[in-house]
Amino acid sequence: MNRVMGKRLVWAVLAGAAADLAGLGLIAAAAWLITRAAQQPPLAALSVAIVATRAFATSKGVFRYVERLTGHDVALRAQAGTREDLYQALIPPQRPRHGGADLLSRMVDDTEAVQDLLVRCLLPAAAAAIAGLAAVVIGLTILPVAALVLVAGLALAGVLLPAGTAAAARRWSARIAPARAALAARVADLVHGSADLAAYGADDAALGKALAADEALAALERRQARVHAAALAGGTLVQGLTVAAVVLLAQGAGAGSVGTAVLALTALVAFEPVLPLAAAGERMAGIMAALRRLREVRAATPAVTEPAAPAPRPEAPLTIEIDDLVVRHAPRPAPEGSASSTGSGSAPEGSASGTGSGSAAEGGGVPGEGVWDDAPDSTSSAGDGGAPGAASPTGGAQGEGLPAPGGRPAVDGVRPAVDDDRPAVDGGRPALDGVSLRLTPGKRVAVVGPSGAGKSTLLAALMRLVEPESGRITVNGVDLRELDGDDVRALMTGLTQDPYIFRATLRDNLRLAGPEADDDTLRRAVRDARLEDWVERTGWDTELGEDGRTVSGGQLQRLALARALLYDPPVLLLDEPAEALDEETADRLMSDLLDVTRDRTTLLVTHRLKGLEMVDEVVVLEEGRVVQRGHHDELVAVPGYYRDLWESEVLTRR
Amino acid sequence: MRAERSVRRHLTVTMAAAVLAGLLVLVQAELLAGVLSGRFTAAVLAVLAGVVGVRALLAWTQGVFAGHTATGVKSALRHRLLARLRELGPGRLTAHRSGELVTLAGRGLDGLDAYLTGYLPSIAVAAVVPLAVLVRLFAADLASAVIVLVTLPLIPIFGALVGMTTKVVTERQYRALSRLGGHFLDVVRGLPTLRAFGRARYQATVIRQVADAHRSATMRTLRVAFLSSLVLELCASLSLALVAVPIGLRLLGGSLDLTTALLVLLLAPEAYLPLRAMGTRFHASMEGVAAADAAFAVLDDAAGSEVRSAEPRAAAEVRPSGAPEIRLENVTVRYPGRDAAALENVTLTIHPRERVALVGESGGGKSTLLHLLLGFVQPSEGRVLVDGMDLREADVASWRARLAFVAQRPHLFTTSVADNIRLGAPSASPEQVRRAAAAAHADFVEALPHGFDTVVGERGANLSAGQRQRIALARAFCRPDASVLLLDEPTARLDGRSEAAVVAGTAELAHDRTAVIVAHRPAMIDLADRVIRLHEGRVVSDTALTPTGIAPSDGTTTPAITTGTATPGVAGDREDEAPGRGQGAAGQGDRMEDARTADARTTDADARTADTDARTADTDARTADARTAGADARTADDRGGEAAAASRESGGKR
Repeated sequence: MNRVMGKRLVWAVLAGAAADLAGLGLIAAAAWLITRAAQQPPLAALSVAIVATRAFATSKGVFRYVERLTGHDVALRAQAGTREDLYQALIPPQRPRHGGADLLSRMVDDTEAVQDLLVRCLLPAAAAAIAGLAAVVIGLTILPVAALVLVAGLALAGVLLPAGTAAAARRWSARIAPARAALAARVADLVHGSADLAAYGADDAALGKALAADEALAALERRQARVHAAALAGGTLVQGLTVAAVVLLAQGAGAGSVGTAVLALTALVAFEPVLPLAAAGERMAGIMAALRRLREVRAATPAVTEPAAPAPRPEAPLTIEIDDLVVRHAPRPAPEGSASSTGSGSAPEGSASGTGSGSAAEGGGVPGEGVWDDAPDSTSSAGDGGAPGAASPTGGAQGEGLPAPGGRPAVDGVRPAVDDDRPAVDGGRPALDGVSLRLTPGKRVAVVGPSGAGKSTLLAALMRLVEPESGRITVNGVDLRELDGDDVRALMTGLTQDPYIFRATLRDNLRLAGPEADDDTLRRAVRDARLEDWVERTGWDTELGEDGRTVSGGQLQRLALARALLYDPPVLLLDEPAEALDEETADRLMSDLLDVTRDRTTLLVTHRLKGLEMVDEVVVLEEGRVVQRGHHDELVAVPGYYRDLWESEVLTRR
Repeated sequence: MRAERSVRRHLTVTMAAAVLAGLLVLVQAELLAGVLSGRFTAAVLAVLAGVVGVRALLAWTQGVFAGHTATGVKSALRHRLLARLRELGPGRLTAHRSGELVTLAGRGLDGLDAYLTGYLPSIAVAAVVPLAVLVRLFAADLASAVIVLVTLPLIPIFGALVGMTTKVVTERQYRALSRLGGHFLDVVRGLPTLRAFGRARYQATVIRQVADAHRSATMRTLRVAFLSSLVLELCASLSLALVAVPIGLRLLGGSLDLTTALLVLLLAPEAYLPLRAMGTRFHASMEGVAAADAAFAVLDDAAGSEVRSAEPRAAAEVRPSGAPEIRLENVTVRYPGRDAAALENVTLTIHPRERVALVGESGGGKSTLLHLLLGFVQPSEGRVLVDGMDLREADVASWRARLAFVAQRPHLFTTSVADNIRLGAPSASPEQVRRAAAAAHADFVEALPHGFDTVVGERGANLSAGQRQRIALARAFCRPDASVLLLDEPTARLDGRSEAAVVAGTAELAHDRTAVIVAHRPAMIDLADRVIRLHEGRVVSDTALTPTGIAPSDGTTTPAITTGTATPGVAGDREDEAPGRGQGAAGQGDRMEDARTADARTTDADARTADTDARTADTDARTADARTAGADARTADDRGGEAAAASRESGGKR
């Protein structure tokens, strides 16, 4: 939290305390005024009380207004800051721990927790503490014993009760959160899977599941309401009994009618800011859990370690050399599994160390979908496991990044979204197993192979989205690990798998790849991607829907291609550019693409072989290894995967 | 509805408890004033403690029943919302932003808590308690009662005035919040794409801008909303001062006794408190009310558009006979908000057991045609007949029970792979599931960590596109009783070999069924008896590939089937399965040699010209003319013999 916000927060607390004190003063002064007047003193004796009563009455509202306004302002700033921090934490490539609907409910809820924490917990608690203290001081001046009772009552209602509700709420929210997530997932299924559900007549069953999830949640919420009810009752009880006890003590001690009345009414009013703290305590459990989750996301180790001092970005023309590259996908870490890694992750140097393997190891131990892999050497501690991996990129000298005998640098952050070949295909084997490739300026290389062969992983490694286990990639002789990840992606990028269409206009969706592009440039990119008809029909300023739902698969693909062409990186990576296109369009697109990319350094991942005779080299990947390489003509001439594929393609075409 | 009755009962108890507790405060004040003034002995404090105890009990009751009320109402609303979502169906669901719907059903409805548990009971209290206080005040002291009576109405008046001005703003703020949530999710989901184009960091500033805009909008609302509470607070505390000071002066004069004075001092705030509490709770619940409005908007929206399809719900059961005949009569489909019709005046008959491939450019209306058959969209004009019965009058569920459907981007549910496969056949045995998976060539499932019990990540996050597609295909296979097969580009995302395998499986699946397949890839088209080309919503060619016994009336169709039958199952060799009907295992290498002859190229050109002719021919593509042209195209293709298969490839080879 920055200084401005800290200052505002102090002001808010002060204003809140002032408002509570004014309330207290108002009732104390009025009580004194009335009971003293009943003793019929001279009028002058009452004048101070009269003035005080009026002054407190006027100032209370003003202070309250200031408090609430300042408090909410701070809270909203804090929330915005939390969102931004969260987003920043998600920027470095990493495996998404949770997706879609879950992410929505969690992120929106969690970032609001910060607001709740400030406005509904910290602020009122601080103000109530100050007001309570003032009431006790008033009590002390009249009757110390009564003040002690008041302290006890206030502590009960303001400390013990909130602590109790917080503990109870923590227990309950641990049970409610999964129920809530389950409901959100069921609803998301109903919404996103409506076509599949309807077509298979499974919508009733899915609706039933959603309603069952709702019922489970409702049952838990009903039981949780009892905690709230008990707190409400407890507060009422403590307040009433404290006042009664104070009166009893005061009368027994002969404090006089003035003293007794002031004591009683002060005690009564002192509880007013204290009683809501029980409800605040209830919120605390959820708030703390949300903050912990946010911290976890922030502490998550990126998939790749960024160098401390990145080498300067190499200038085009670029020569890319891939040398004996091995990439192994780490087991999927469980969402809550990385809690203990936060400690080392927060240190600036530590974040570059082995926290990844720590969380991965923990993730591997969690039952369920966490276990994709055998979590190799997961017994090694966080520090040990990661050290060798961290040393090479930062030190640079050890550029080979050899796996240490004790533990491999586990990679937390394989991105399923861009990944065609999930480790799911095969538990133990690396996704890429010793791939070498040389891409000189202007050279075009096509990578073909069955799904799961490692084609997309190769692109991910080039875009510095996954950390290689061994081997290296160099750009003009500079190891990729010595470069800033963003610089790498500025040099090598293009059409990635599963491109995303944002909820924005068509123009903005394109321009994210070229913010400075003028209309002519945009039009050219659209033309090269064979999208111009659709763009003309749709209109440049049409909002595209969520998930690109109003955009068909082929259009989405071409839109993504247009982006890649617009971005125009020195090394163009194309992951299945013709996927989901109809045959005719795909053929035209590919032949155009091969025209457009002539003399451009291009790495093309494809499963369509047509036109590949135009590229300089074809690399056939199977199970992470290069099984064939050469020019199209050479590959067709010899038996093997390529020729099989070629023949099946030729024969299925007409 | 039983649920709604019990909700009403719970609400009544909640409000009654709140009102009773409020009235007991009067009793409490009476007792306290008596004790403090010395009219009652200290023993009365025991009675006071008893009253406090009862109040606590009532508070507990109120809390528990408020919980019941809230969960009851939310469940009821959620039920209706989700049921409506299902009724809306995939066709209209796309119009809503799915993320917003998911939020609405979860967090959005939770916003109602404040309204139900806070605002509603506070209305009851505000209606009863101030009145009771006034009555008691009039009985005790006329002058004070008049002051309270005069100032009391100021609170609701000011409250209403300010409330009216803030209502619109609050509603706008809720929409902004919802948009903010949507925007944040959108950006996070698209992060891989942003990262690929180096825009991820820039987007952080956009997030900040959106949050800042949201904050200033919120603060504008709050400045006004809190102004109302300022006025109310001032009213209440100034009135207290207005009451207390004259009372003190009158006590001084001896015209009032202390008990009454203390009673007035204790009671006067209780007159204002319920009204202020109501105001506060009103503001706190506004967000929830806005959420409820959004929920009702979805319900109303549905109700509005439902009128058309709801009226003829005679729901004639579609008899589960064999493969049906499907006839489209002058069908036009228009989507709301779009000028061009998605389908325009389409008339065609799909005969039982016919296999129809729908081809054409993306956006031509192929998917719409499938959705029409699925009952997701209704024809704007014309009708769809299944065995002579209008689909609109048919019971959708019984019709869909006969379908097996694979969507373009199938949704995988967060459940086990097995459950995903048996979506349309919940009673399918594990063996049947296994067989379905095998038929869809989803053999990778066995290699997953938990085999068929592996839980699929959200939206199939941990599976590749091809794997997802094959699971969806297995769904279709797991419905052996389906008589109509509807496939939307089932092989669009598969590589050549898996494609061949899936084609083989599809051929098997299509056997003895009516099949409508949106196809881009020739291997799939080869399966068809008939190819229908759609362009801009119209049928531009309709070509029979094989004599199906229901030969086209013009009879000019040449046995173009040869292309298909001559196609050897090369691709299938490795899989031990032949693709399509191609059983003739022709040789391997020699066929390739002279495929790229000038002859073949010319043939191809001819075919294309013929095809273009077909497209430009009269829009009623079923005229003999167009069909002949199409048939000629086929014949031309056929003339190329086996070489024709390679002719396409020749286009690329120069």
